[in-house]
Amino acid sequence: MKLLVGTRKGLWSLSSDDRQGWSVGEPQFFGQIIQHAVADPRDGRTVLAATSTGHLGPTVMRSTDHGETWAEASKPPAFAAGDRLDRALKTVFWLTPGHPDESGSWYAGGASPQGLFRSDDGGDTWDPVSGWNDHPMWETWCEWPEENTPDGSMLHSVIIDPRDSDHLYIGLSGGGVFETTDGGSDWAPLNKGVAADFFPDLAPEFGHDPHTVRMHPAMPDRLYQQNHCGIYRLDRPETTWTRIGDNMPRSIGDIGFPIELHPRQPDTAWVFPMDGTEVWPRTCVDGRPAAYVTRDGGATWAPQTNGLPERAWFTVKRQAMTTDAGDPVGVYFGTTSGEVWASADEGASWTNLARHLPEIYSVEMA
Amino acid sequence: MDEPRPAPAGDLLRRDGVNVRIPTPLRSYTAQQSVVDAHGSTVAEVLDDLDRQFPGITFRMVDEQGRLRKHMKIWVGEDAVRDLSTPLRESDEVTIMQALSGG
Repeated sequence: MKLLVGTRKGLWSLSSDDRQGWSVGEPQFFGQIIQHAVADPRDGRTVLAATSTGHLGPTVMRSTDHGETWAEASKPPAFAAGDRLDRALKTVFWLTPGHPDESGSWYAGGASPQGLFRSDDGGDTWDPVSGWNDHPMWETWCEWPEENTPDGSMLHSVIIDPRDSDHLYIGLSGGGVFETTDGGSDWAPLNKGVAADFFPDLAPEFGHDPHTVRMHPAMPDRLYQQNHCGIYRLDRPETTWTRIGDNMPRSIGDIGFPIELHPRQPDTAWVFPMDGTEVWPRTCVDGRPAAYVTRDGGATWAPQTNGLPERAWFTVKRQAMTTDAGDPVGVYFGTTSGEVWASADEGASWTNLARHLPEIYSVEMA
Repeated sequence: MDEPRPAPAGDLLRRDGVNVRIPTPLRSYTAQQSVVDAHGSTVAEVLDDLDRQFPGITFRMVDEQGRLRKHMKIWVGEDAVRDLSTPLRESDEVTIMQALSGG
């Protein structure tokens, strides 16, 4: 198995045959910003990487041999020339393989502006999803033209319902969660019950800040969300999120970036809480790194610290935590301090796989 | 109106097109060539020609609305230009550089 680790300065691959011994490869795209590198589970060979540099514009690199060799997308994600709002994409922030029945389909989320893009040929050519980018409410729902999110306004967490390729969710930081049931032609906000403490209106319809949204693959009606303002669960067709983060220890709180799911148990999820007090350091709470797991859909949470450093002040970004399909499930996360940590026993114990990498933006299984 | 720029020293017939200096971050597109020839009567046309020769190179420096990206710089001779409709003469030399940025 292979882990794809996207960093501020390149892409690293970590390989293992047994989840015990891991080898760290040489960097690919050295010096380039890799926001997200994602493998296609449908064909087992395609990998896409969202890249840019401090100077050059954004693009997508493609591999059809499991990350050995790469070629640039011949038409990277971009708004149309002559776009009605004169928009130009700064970063490809998020990549998601499309529906299993739509071979070669991919979605890309932009940051910023918060555009949505689709490819139908394995990531070689991309087009704007007009139903979103030109939706009459786009300028209202999105952070436009002002951006309030510290690292830029992002479109992330593109989620495709495995039962229906026309049913998608997306997350906007900031903006909230949005849903389409017609393949992306029309969209509606889905944020009831979610706090937005940064607005005077206590129950806005949109404008929230989901950091990561996940759908359980075995129970597609179940959504989890790690938000700027808490951890939530939603079981469709309900439309009001429940703040399951209220069940976290008060001293830890329920602020963080990632939330990751057990591939087979819909009640099991992992988060990595961060410090959201005072000036929002966004580092490990009290300088004591800990993952938290729930095995009952968020009713209770337990810390998982065995093997982690006693004191550390890193951040785990929203794409930088993932799980594998093993039994027991492997859980992995990367840190802003360039460390990769893994657990082969569902978080009961952690081991370090790599240190001294650049700031880690994404960790995904390949 | 500015006076037309003087032609740089050198033989105007020496080249077929304008010389374009390519910065290191873009040389993966030009097979590591640091100077390439391109044709066009404006900076934009030269960039279009560059993209025909080296597919994908121009989008890395010019966005989809035709604007030079924030941290990219283009010089025509010794003049920094951001207006890509700036006219060129065959004797001009175009230098693409990246601004000081990043970290």
